[in-house]
Amino acid sequence: MTHGGVLAITDVASTTQQITFWLLAVVSVASALGMILVRKAVYCAVLLAVVMLCLAVLYAVNGAPFLAFVQVIVYTGAVLMLFLFVLMIVGIRAKDSIIETIRGQRVAAGLAGIGLLVLLALTVGHAVLGVAAPASNGPAFGAGNLNGIARLIFTTYVFPFEVTSALLITAAVGAMVLAHRERTAPKPTQRDLSRLRVASGRPSPLPGPGTYARHNAVDMPALLPDGTPSEVSVSEVLTQRLEPAAEPGAEPGAELAGEPARGQQATLLGARGGDPDAGHPGPDGPAQEGDA
Amino acid sequence: MSPGSFVALAVILFVIGAVGVLVRRNAMVIFMCVELMLNAVNLAFVAFARLHGNLNGQVIAFFVMVVAAAEVVVGLAILLAIFRTRRSASVDDVNLLKY
Repeated sequence: MTHGGVLAITDVASTTQQITFWLLAVVSVASALGMILVRKAVYCAVLLAVVMLCLAVLYAVNGAPFLAFVQVIVYTGAVLMLFLFVLMIVGIRAKDSIIETIRGQRVAAGLAGIGLLVLLALTVGHAVLGVAAPASNGPAFGAGNLNGIARLIFTTYVFPFEVTSALLITAAVGAMVLAHRERTAPKPTQRDLSRLRVASGRPSPLPGPGTYARHNAVDMPALLPDGTPSEVSVSEVLTQRLEPAAEPGAEPGAELAGEPARGQQATLLGARGGDPDAGHPGPDGPAQEGDA
Repeated sequence: MSPGSFVALAVILFVIGAVGVLVRRNAMVIFMCVELMLNAVNLAFVAFARLHGNLNGQVIAFFVMVVAAAEVVVGLAILLAIFRTRRSASVDDVNLLKY
């Protein structure tokens, strides 16, 4: 009776493990494939997060709860957030171009990938892996996992552990040195700023976007009393974002893809036409070439 | 669940990451693909630790994570420095040493 119950429990646990594995394997491989196919870097980061979370669960399934938590906290929490921070600084809009600089690079890379896959698959296939050893279900893979890892780190691997601390300090200092920008001019004081403001010819704040215009969207310029749109009312950042050509990281391929931003830019410029009947400033003037 | 399937998954993820490094041109994405390869190797380490019944593999995977974190910090700082001078994150634009 007890024996049968244990067998049944083991069976159920094995089935659950298999379902978990296949589910996560499919999701992680699909996300990884998406990473190399999706053109926007931010989507890549999100897909990488999916892969890492899947791997964290697989670690836990494999009797490594400590590593699973480290994976979530360090990788998904810290490293990936760092990636996203830097992505926000380094061209969030930058896309990979679809034009090959080296002819046949894509095909060659695909062939190399297939070759590597075959090589690794043969290597792994030749090795006799068998099923997990009975010892793998010992205490070191369950509740005693943390103690076991701590014992190993502070006895056998104590020297690499100490070297790791030196590595981390070096990395932190290196990052600070590399990302540091020397201030070449003294920091402007409040007096300097107010002088600049008066000297600029416009001491008053800039008009808000959409003020007295037909829309209150932030990319709609305010209308001056004579009906002309005021260019300064739209944020410079927005103007840059709506203008793909001025984007520093822009690649030729990004413009071929028919950016919707072009259309928005056209509406921004089209507002100059000032047709009162058109709900949305119409496709007159520069809008034509932008939408083509 | 045999460790073989976990190793097979690790192999697939590693190859996908390697192809990504070869194909993509945005330096950030290349970095992410390198991270994917490191993660795949970590999965193999954990599976082998299970197979052998001791924790050495898990400790090595832990060290790989630490080194990867340090690598990402320095690498992203280098990327930022390059972006400041070249205004681009594409590896095609970093070709001053080529000519």
